[in-house]
Amino acid sequence: MSTKEKTGWIIGGVLIVVYCLAPIAWIVSLSFKAPSDLANGSFLPTTPTGENYGLILNGSASDLFLPALRNSFGICLIATFISCVLAMFAAYAIARLDFPGKKFILGTALAVAIFPVISIVTPLFNLWRNIGLYDTWPGLIIPYLSLTLPLSIWTMSAFFREIPWEMEQAAQVDGATTWQAFRKVIVPLAAPGVFTTAIIAFFIAWNDFVYGISLTSTEASRPVPAALGLFSGASQFEDPTGAIAAAAVIVTIPVVVLVLVFQRRIVAGLTNGAVKG
Amino acid sequence: MASIEMKNIVKKYGDGFPAVNDISLDIADGEFMILVGPSGCGKSTLLRMIVGLEDITSGDMVIGGTRVNDKAPRDRNLSMVFQNYALYPHMSVYENIAFPLRLAKTPDDQVDRLVKEAADVLELHEHLERKPANLSGGQRQRVAMGRAIVRQAEAFLFDEPLSNLDAKLRGQMRTEIARLQRRLGITTVYVTHDQTEAMTLGDRVCVLRKGSIQQVASPRELYEQPVNLFVAGFIGSPPMNFLPATVEGSSLRTPFGAIELDERRAAAVAGHELLLVGIRPEYFEDASLVDDAKKHVGTTFTAKVDVTEWLGDQQYAYIPYEAPDQIRTRLRDLSKELDSEELRTQAIVSIDSTSRIREGREAEFWLDLRKVHVFDPETGENLTRDAEAGAELTRMANEDREEQVAEAAGGLTGERSTGAA
Repeated sequence: MSTKEKTGWIIGGVLIVVYCLAPIAWIVSLSFKAPSDLANGSFLPTTPTGENYGLILNGSASDLFLPALRNSFGICLIATFISCVLAMFAAYAIARLDFPGKKFILGTALAVAIFPVISIVTPLFNLWRNIGLYDTWPGLIIPYLSLTLPLSIWTMSAFFREIPWEMEQAAQVDGATTWQAFRKVIVPLAAPGVFTTAIIAFFIAWNDFVYGISLTSTEASRPVPAALGLFSGASQFEDPTGAIAAAAVIVTIPVVVLVLVFQRRIVAGLTNGAVKG
Repeated sequence: MASIEMKNIVKKYGDGFPAVNDISLDIADGEFMILVGPSGCGKSTLLRMIVGLEDITSGDMVIGGTRVNDKAPRDRNLSMVFQNYALYPHMSVYENIAFPLRLAKTPDDQVDRLVKEAADVLELHEHLERKPANLSGGQRQRVAMGRAIVRQAEAFLFDEPLSNLDAKLRGQMRTEIARLQRRLGITTVYVTHDQTEAMTLGDRVCVLRKGSIQQVASPRELYEQPVNLFVAGFIGSPPMNFLPATVEGSSLRTPFGAIELDERRAAAVAGHELLLVGIRPEYFEDASLVDDAKKHVGTTFTAKVDVTEWLGDQQYAYIPYEAPDQIRTRLRDLSKELDSEELRTQAIVSIDSTSRIREGREAEFWLDLRKVHVFDPETGENLTRDAEAGAELTRMANEDREEQVAEAAGGLTGERSTGAA
């Protein structure tokens, strides 16, 4: 690559990074501004203050925010776990076994995945109220599964298809049962795929707003995105912008951490060297 | 260790196409059996039916006296080396080799001893802690073999194990496999499409075509007494030449002059009109270089040489000839079936490397008539096959094998006793 091309790439890269990170930087800067400072017209706060963080973690908004944070973590982790386990078996069956209705299952999964959430949320609201799932953890986990499961099945079956058939046959010849072959050979090989899927599933559940706001009413199950919408200022003349920004920063942190931690696993091509090289 | 018997094995796929059609084959205990044939002949399917990765549509598969048709692969106690090795990439070489033992819940100290033994045999000691991804092709191949030999399997199954290696390594691994099999004396079934492997490794070779057995015999018998046109064309490199011929009394008229047949062969071809004469390239020679004492068993003819190839130790000459359309199409079909593309009717002739025969000139050749075979172009059948001579060749090969196995067993016990002392 010539120097000219190189500088071109660097400039392009910087532009994209700035474009993507600008809103986040703005939110971070907002979260450090005092209420009177919010409309100061400049990007940086005049005097940085931790007031907003204090408000949501210890102050008046903490009643709203902290339970929501706990709910979000609990609900999303459970939904991710269930959907990963189920999707692993489903994807294995789809990738390996020949059974009638395979295409139908994949097609349905895709249809469910692209079904507009807003159109089912009203009937679901009525149904949940009638059967007592309204404002409970399972009441959110179940709809979240409907969002994450189809996507997980699709991603994971793609990963499973990449694993050579011979691996499993070799294990069977070596004396493994189907279950042993799956557990000792297929699952370790599919680990990057499982992690990738888990992260995607977690994001989908973590980012959901429509179900969160519609199917909950109290801090018993309200997730963070819904709670953010319910923040209010100290008086009705005061904007809760600073507190919302601080909360937004806090809910972004787990996502960023997750990606950084598992980045290597996602990228790692674990099947290298399995077959001829 | 066990014998493998197949009785009327049939494999039909969903569309009713028989990939393997009514195959009966007995593999003796300790025997090295090769399954060979062009692609799509059903050889890999047959191997996978032995190991249990493919269902058997009908027939009996008997291993060591037990019918195994309905047994899962893990209950058959066979070990297999796959074409692409199928090593477990997330495990070290040590754990790869130990995997079958771990599944069998072998105690750790015994696992360690057996893996070290296998690693000794295959010279894998310094690689035991590495991952398969960091090994070369030949090393991976050895790990796959280590995984196969580490436990006391009833038989070894190889599915084209050398086809992913380069030519030089393939030669080395070939001798390595032969040595290992002799040393361990374990029944081995080896699938290949490479006829060098088939000829050099096998005690017996089973030639398959479109799911049916053509001939099961020692490599020598296959080479010298092939049962039909297909086997004759498949075994041997460069392949056997097939010349059109018409019968005239006790001799055959061919593009390379008349061929005089002895009584037995003349009787066998009587009553046929158009025939194919099968002549191996090495039955020809540059007439000027043939010993006078030998000259009378053959015939000489002159022909125009199209191309010569000098390879140092030997030399090939290509001689084009004319053939009737019927023969031409028959030969084209045959070469298609053998995975090759024969564009013109030409004879490949092996001559001495010192021969001064040059391209584009007329030259005089000598043809050894003693081992010439005559085939019926319609049925492909070898009309002049000497079954007794063939059986004798296979019997001799069997004796050799038994001797070698006994010797290997003796050598092994000798080693052990010194090891113990």
